[in-house]
Amino acid sequence: MEKTLPKIEIIEKYCKGCHICVEFCPTKVLEMKGFYASVKNLEACIKCMQCELRCPDFAIKVITE
Amino acid sequence: MSKKVAFLQGNEAAAHGALYAGCNFFAGYPITPSTEVSEVLSAELPKTGGKFLQMEDEIAAMAAILGASLTGAKVLTSTSGPGLSLKQELIGYGCIAEIPCVVYNVMRGGPSTGMPTGPSQSDVMCAKWGTHGDHPAICLVPASVQETYDEVIRAFNLSEKYRTPVMVMPDEIVAHMRERIVFPEPGEVAVTPRKTPTVPPEQYKPYDTSFGDVPPLAAFGSGYKFHVTGLNKMADGFPTTKADIVQAEEERQVRKVDANIDDIVTFEEYLLDDADVVVVAYGSTSRSARYAVNVAREQGIKAGMFRIKTFWPFPDKQIKALAGKVKGIVIPEMNLGMCSLELERCAQGKVPVLGIFRVDGEPINPDQILAKIKEVK
Amino acid sequence: MAFDYDKWLRPGKLPHIWCPGCGHGIVMKGLIRAMETLQLKKEETAVVSGIGCASRLPGYIDCCTLHTAHGRAAAFATGVKMAKPEMNVILVGGDGDGTAIGGNHFIHACRRNIDMTYIIMNNYIYGMTGGQFSPCTPTGHKASTTPYGNPDPGFDIAKLAIGAGATFVARGTAFHANQIDKLIVEAIQHKGFSVVEILDDCPTTYGRRNKYKSVIEMMNRLKEVAVPVKAAEKMTAEQLQGKVLTGVLYKEVKPEYIEEYAKVIERAKAAK
Ligand SMILES: Cc1ncc(C[n+]2csc(CCOP(=O)(O)OP(=O)(O)O)c2C)c(N)n1
Ligand code: SF4
Ligand code: SF4
Ligand code: SF4
Ligand SMILES: [Mg+2]
Repeated sequence: MEKTLPKIEIIEKYCKGCHICVEFCPTKVLEMKGFYASVKNLEACIKCMQCELRCPDFAIKVITE
Repeated sequence: MSKKVAFLQGNEAAAHGALYAGCNFFAGYPITPSTEVSEVLSAELPKTGGKFLQMEDEIAAMAAILGASLTGAKVLTSTSGPGLSLKQELIGYGCIAEIPCVVYNVMRGGPSTGMPTGPSQSDVMCAKWGTHGDHPAICLVPASVQETYDEVIRAFNLSEKYRTPVMVMPDEIVAHMRERIVFPEPGEVAVTPRKTPTVPPEQYKPYDTSFGDVPPLAAFGSGYKFHVTGLNKMADGFPTTKADIVQAEEERQVRKVDANIDDIVTFEEYLLDDADVVVVAYGSTSRSARYAVNVAREQGIKAGMFRIKTFWPFPDKQIKALAGKVKGIVIPEMNLGMCSLELERCAQGKVPVLGIFRVDGEPINPDQILAKIKEVK
Repeated sequence: MAFDYDKWLRPGKLPHIWCPGCGHGIVMKGLIRAMETLQLKKEETAVVSGIGCASRLPGYIDCCTLHTAHGRAAAFATGVKMAKPEMNVILVGGDGDGTAIGGNHFIHACRRNIDMTYIIMNNYIYGMTGGQFSPCTPTGHKASTTPYGNPDPGFDIAKLAIGAGATFVARGTAFHANQIDKLIVEAIQHKGFSVVEILDDCPTTYGRRNKYKSVIEMMNRLKEVAVPVKAAEKMTAEQLQGKVLTGVLYKEVKPEYIEEYAKVIERAKAAK
């Protein structure tokens, strides 16, 4: 079965750089790049949605098909 | 058909006046000497599907009526001195968020627990200056049972018309005296409905001044959704700290009353045409004052009475005019000189203002007033 | 699929006022998901709050919202709900707002059992005013007004709610984000007064003073102390030391106030 990758959208104007999404991603997909969260390794994403759920600032969206 | 009459206490009349005005929600906390209002409404309101709540304290009661008013209900709370002090923060909330409501406060001795069963007129300043910040104030001071009934209706009307809290403050004597009262027929006394929006919900703003100084107020649950806060707000109801908006909104809130003083202020002039001495009085004290004026007239003194029915806004214009005509103003009041300060302000030093101040829980008697009338030279 | 929060947010209000890592945003998202799950009607839903950082929540939600005075949300909400029982009424606020200045309204709201839901965000501190201790600050902890450590014992909000008569009491945490909406859904569906306490974090005024190096440490603490009620059943008292139970802690069917008041109306009409 072929793995489809999600689209992870980070809305920088909302991101407050709290690190929550980065720290608690189980597969270390995200990293902090300067002040903002950013996608480092999309391949590893298991679409668990934890980052989207926990972001206090509505700044991250995991778009799956 | 002859009209319905009854022999009622001031507090009972207040409750019936509220019902006539369409009150369908009451929240209160028991306190002497105002509790009869609660007792009557706990029996009467549910008969027509209205709601009566006895809350955990006066703050909660004030909060509950403000919340209910936002759903379109016509709301009342009743209390006395200590309870009025507790309500003050939320009376200010009603002023800034512009929520119609009526606060009925029976004046008893104070400060603090003071004299729970003794009459007083010492809350009149609290009616205007009790809550912090600049705000509009309307306060009615009835002098009889009938007038308590009538003024409670008027209070509801004013609160709807100007979208602001209105207070009715009888002293304990008026609240507890029993007198004959004639009930108006349904429809006989006009009842002011709330101005509700004509625009569709997407366009609605709760403080939209393009509709004038008193913007329409939608009801929660009527298809409109909007935000209400106690912070300084913009037209759409959301908080702002923008200097020009805050200034303009604060001024508008106060202007709702200040620009309509002639519509709000009511008074009675008694034998004033040729008077040399005017007794300014309000509430039960005006009953002694009227008697004293009559006796003075019998003795050849040209005395008259100006009876304040609306304490706030204060009848500045009328008092200023009187001060230019008479030789002296006598003010009997059951406090240590509150109305007296307002009279001095209006008299601007043109005539002496002689006070009779009593806070011992006893009414001011006509003899005291007559003696003061005679002091005016 | 990404959840569409925008549907429930008022346009143009983000970014919100809360600090980086403040859990209030996580709770707000949980509430929004719950409102969506229940398909609440915006025009028939009121979100009522007091004053505090947590109490700023209603300003963001697109429905009838009422930001009242400090501590008074429960009393205002009582007025709204009693006057318009067909509305869904949801209260939100902080630990200080709800258990200190608003403590009396809180316990009486629990006692009356009016069909409303109260979401209380417990970050153990007065966040908005800069970190003074609240009735929920743990003993010994530091706040701006307990520089030598807090001498006061703290409230257990859930126990307080149960003791006062709330008929549904649940607890979650800002870390366990996906549980928040489920607890709120159950709370709203419950007939009667329901309380959902969310253990929250205030990195700015509480974390800083209490040696939490980061938001992440605070989140990890929430992760560690939380024990689901089911799991706790199999644990010893020793194992439960320092832990906090999460999930639905209490549920009871009791006469609901508006229904009881409807009977008062019936009796009054009959007596007419
Ligand atoms: C009558 C009154 N007293 C005090 C305050 C100041 N005040 C504002 S918010 C607050 C504490 C809020 O703490 P909490 O409810 O825990 O919310 P948080 O900010 O922590 O989310 C205080 C004391 C006020 N606004 N009104
Ligand atoms: S969806 Fe899960 S795996 Fe993917 S980035 Fe977010 S937290 Fe990481
Ligand atoms: S959780 Fe949200 S606000 Fe925090 S770093 Fe990630 S995207 Fe930014
Ligand atoms: S001060 Fe604390 S509670 Fe307030 S927004 Fe910041 S982190 Fe949140
Ligand atoms: Mg707090």
